[in-house]
This record gives sequence, structure tokens and C-alpha cells, in this order.
Amino acid sequence: MDENSAARLKRRLTGIVYRIGLFLAMLTICLPGLWIVLSSLRPTVEIMAKPPVWIPQDISFDAYVAMFSGIGKGGIPVIEYFRNSLIISVTSTVIAVAIGMAGGYAFARYRFRGKSSVFLGLMLTRTVPGIALSLPLFFLYVRLGIIDTHFGLILAYVALNVPFTIWLIDGFFRQVPKDLAEAAQIDGCTRWQAFWQVEFPLAGPGIASAAIFAFLTCWNEFALASQLTRSVSAKTLPVGLLDYTAEFTIDWRGMCALAVVMIIPALTLTYIVQKHLVGGLTSGAVKG
Amino acid sequence: MATVSLKKLTKRYGNVGIVHGIDLDITDREFIALVGPSGCGKSTTLRMIAGLEEISAGSIEIGGRVVNDLPPRSRNISMVFQSYALYPHMTVRENLGFSLKIAGVAKEDMDRRVAEASAILGLDALLDRRPSQLSGGQRQRVAMGRAIVRDPDVFLFDEPLSNLDAKLRTQMRTEIKKLHAKVQSTVIYVTHDQVEAMTLADRIVIMRDGHIEQVGTPEEVFRRPSTRFVAGFIGSPPMNLHEATIDNGQLVFASGEKLPLPGQFKANVTTGDRVVFGLRPDDIYPTGHGISSGGAADVHQIELPITVTEPLGNETLVFVEFNGSDWVSRMLNPKPLKSGERVAMSLDLSQAHLFATDTGKTLRS
Repeated sequence: MDENSAARLKRRLTGIVYRIGLFLAMLTICLPGLWIVLSSLRPTVEIMAKPPVWIPQDISFDAYVAMFSGIGKGGIPVIEYFRNSLIISVTSTVIAVAIGMAGGYAFARYRFRGKSSVFLGLMLTRTVPGIALSLPLFFLYVRLGIIDTHFGLILAYVALNVPFTIWLIDGFFRQVPKDLAEAAQIDGCTRWQAFWQVEFPLAGPGIASAAIFAFLTCWNEFALASQLTRSVSAKTLPVGLLDYTAEFTIDWRGMCALAVVMIIPALTLTYIVQKHLVGGLTSGAVKG
Repeated sequence: MATVSLKKLTKRYGNVGIVHGIDLDITDREFIALVGPSGCGKSTTLRMIAGLEEISAGSIEIGGRVVNDLPPRSRNISMVFQSYALYPHMTVRENLGFSLKIAGVAKEDMDRRVAEASAILGLDALLDRRPSQLSGGQRQRVAMGRAIVRDPDVFLFDEPLSNLDAKLRTQMRTEIKKLHAKVQSTVIYVTHDQVEAMTLADRIVIMRDGHIEQVGTPEEVFRRPSTRFVAGFIGSPPMNLHEATIDNGQLVFASGEKLPLPGQFKANVTTGDRVVFGLRPDDIYPTGHGISSGGAADVHQIELPITVTEPLGNETLVFVEFNGSDWVSRMLNPKPLKSGERVAMSLDLSQAHLFATDTGKTLRS
């Protein structure tokens, strides 16, 4: 075997090894998701079977039908939970992104006293686990009378997301050359116009990605929501999952069905925005 | 079209002074180049005129109107940036028309003015492209087009050619000159490249450490530099500058070598004075191979060893050893020379310069 065919063989073998590695990694990531979908479609006996039944024998949409059939018939107030989730996630995302844009812009463009300490302080808030705050927040919210309200949860989520959105958006504004805003001001813009006409469109993909992250954090958050909400009027979808647990039983199938209902909107949104995100990043081409 | 007047213009960041109270009057339609090494305050001065930096003291007048505290948009200026600063998310057409759109100019008027600017700069074929699809030279032209469209009182250029390669730079330099001839407006042009300044400007302002060293026509700053710094900065290759002491009508260098004191300085120096002697490469040449061969009034002949030669085709830079260091000379109609060879050199002392060692000021009266 000459050198060239040896090298060719080696390249081919390496390719196969890479693919196997990649397959294993993707399997680890995707299997739980797939398992949730499968479990929502099969009877409890099959879900609990040991050894696991890999190929479903008996598929039905009973759990989905039951979910929407109202209280008393195995249903839960899924529409209300969905509405709560949507209101709370969208509102807190909009607020967090607005604050993130203002803050990120300030950190990227202005020099001020204590800038790095403030920035570090903001980042440090991310080190505190949300669950550790739930008890103090609970007492505080009870006193303020905002327990079990949309407003209370929105407030908590905004606080949770703002450091992250500031950090992410700051990075994107830094990539937009300062010259562009200055050129716009010379071209007749006010500082405000220069921001909206030039800097905002260029940092758009970054702001969109900050928005996705903030939205998903709110949409999937469980620990705080389970402490700060009680009733159908404020509970979000992740908290709604607990409706499937009774004193002695857990309805795994129902829980998985609700999980699927939760995942679909998040997945769809991410997919739609992600296309714009990639498009925006490639057409930006600030440097060159 | 407008005059620009800087009065005691000062810029400080905290306690650090960047520009120290400069005065400058620029006449209508004049092309002024601000030139100097990095950190001399030339860009800061330009940015203060543009309104992108606040001024710490003094005043700026454009067209007789004090604009100290006006925002950039109210000064009726336009600026070409070193980075071009084209808006990446807009086409060339939108880039050109952006200022008009902001000003609320009617669509037909806007289209007409964009078309005019595009015709002047030959951008017609590029109007629907994005900046990322243009070459460096094309981007530079779009940036200039964007400046023209506004029909400003004053054009500001901030090192506009320094991102281009050498060939394109020469080409764009010519285009800028043609453009100025065409639009006939006041131009303030910042560059660290003295060749650009010399070729483009009506007058050159040489800055150093936040002060103006000299203001003059290219001819003046080249022929009659008022300080040692200007003498060394303007001209390529730079002027040969060496310290010497005056002794009975002679210049005595550190190595002990001597040259006669040029006649034009005899009245201004006395024995014992410490001076800096300067001679441009054009005024020191192998005998018979100089610009002023035969016509010069005060030529001193001396035989010197050659260290290195740099042939450039039409001329050769010859480095000769004098006073323990290399002096660069320019040889026209070059003939082959070898390192180490001793050649007869002509020094045209009528073109020599003398500067006071302590103040750096010229000793020419």
C-alpha cells in the first residue's frame, strides 16, 4: 500500500469515527425529547415496563384528548396555563430586552465611573440560584400582595433576565463600529435617530438572540413559578405539570403530553427567529 | 462654501492636554491638510470641527457662525472616515441618499442628487450593491459620494486613504484632487502621510504634540521649514539633520569633520553656537548627477565613501558616510556605484538649513 492510499484510508476511517461520535452525541441530546413524545402516546404499563419497550405497541392520543376535556374528566386548565405562560413570558421578555438594549448600549458606548464594578455586579447576580431566592421572594410578595399574580412573576423574570440580556447585547453593540453612529450624526441624525436607523438594525440579530434566550428562560422556568403562583389565574405551564401528580400516583402519560404541548411553541418560535438570526448575521458584513 | 476659523481651540481629557489652544484661519474653498505624527492632535482637531468631540476651550467658526456647542447635524459639514463608515445594511443608493432622507428631501430631488453624485464618482453600476460587495477603492468612492450629496459648507477627511494599498492610494489621491476642483468647497484633510498633504493641499498645517508647528504652502514648508521638526517631517527621504558647532565660519561636527558655514546664515550665528545642520537629499549628490548641477551658487565638493545604494530606476538613493552616520543623497541619471567606493559629492550649501539646537527654530532671517 503506497503512502497516498494509506492517507486516503486514514481519512475515510477518521470520517467514520467522527460520524459515530456525532451520532452518539445527538442521540444523548435527542433521546429524552423523543422519549417524552413516545411516552405521551403509550399506556402507563408500557411507560413503566422493565426492560423498556423501545418500539411502542399501542399508540393513542387519549392523553391529549383528556387534557382538553375539562376538569373532572381527567383534564387540566391547559388553555389558562398556556395563556398565563404566554402573557408572562412575552411581557417579561419585552421588558428585559428593552432594559438590556439600553444597558448594553450604555456599557458598549459610554465611559462612566464604576462601569466595570457595575457590570461585574450584574454578572454576579447570575451566580445566585433562583430557587434560593424563592423563599425570601415568597415572603416579600405576600407582604406586597403580588403573590400569585402575573405582575409578580413578570417582575421576577425581568430581574432574572436583565443581566444576561445586557451582557449579550453589549457584545453585539461593541461589534458595531462607533464610526457608523458618528457618520449618521454628521448625515443629519440626532443621537436617537442614529441609534434606531443604524446601530439598532446592525445589532438586530444579537437583540433577537437575547430575546429568544430570555423567552425560553421564562417559558421553561419552574422553581420560582411553583413558589410564587397558586391558582389557575397565574400558574404557568411548567407548574401545570404538577396537576398530574396525585397523592399516590403520577400520570406520566398526561405529564408527557403536556410537556409536548409546552415544547411545540418554544420550538416553533426558536426555529422562525433562528432563520432571521442567521440571515441577519451573514448580510451584516460590517467589516471587510 | 465657507471659511473656517479656529480660535485658541483646546482639548483636554481630565488633566491630559491633547490640543493646546491652536489658532487657524481657513479661507473659502481652500484645501487644508492637517499633518503630523500619531498623537499630534490632528484627528482630535478635525473631530472637534465636526462636532464629534466637545471642545474644552476656545471657539470654532464655520462661515462666520460660532458652532462650539452645535451638534454635528447643525454644522452643515460632511466627513469621510478612515474606515469609510458605510452603512452595511443599506445599498450604495441608500447610503448616498441617507442624509437627504433624514433631512426629508422630496423623492425626485433625492434621486436627482444621488444620480449627480454617482455620475461624478462613477458609481452608477454599483448603486444596488451593498458595501460588503465593494472593493476598498469603491467603498472609498461611495464614502466621498455620501459627503458630496449633502452639498456641505466644509468637507472633512479623516485619513481617508490609509486603508488602501499603495497603487490605489495614488489613484484615489488624484480623484480627490479632481473632486475638489469640481465641487470647489472648503476641505480639511487629516493625514499622517506628508506626500498626500504635499500633493493635495493649498496649505499644510504641521502639528506636533497638540501645537501647530508651521502653516504654509507645500512649497513654503518644504523650502523654508520654520523648525527642525518640520524639516525632518516634510520630504521623502527626510532631510539629513546633524548637530554641529560654529567655529570661525565653519560647521564642526562631532566627528571633527568640517563644512563651511553657508553664507545665508553668517550674520545670524557666532562662534560657539550649537546648531542643527540640515540638507535635503536633493541638495547632496554625486558630482554631475544632481537637480541643480551647474546652476547652484554655493557648492561644496567633498569625497565620501558609499555605504549602500538603493536604485529606484530613474534615480538612485546613495547613502554616504559623513560625521559617523549615513547621509542620504539623491542621484539623478544614475550610474552604477559600489559600496565602499569613494565618490566626489557636491553639497549645495545655498539650500542648507540651520536650526538652533535648544529651541529647534530656524536660524534663517
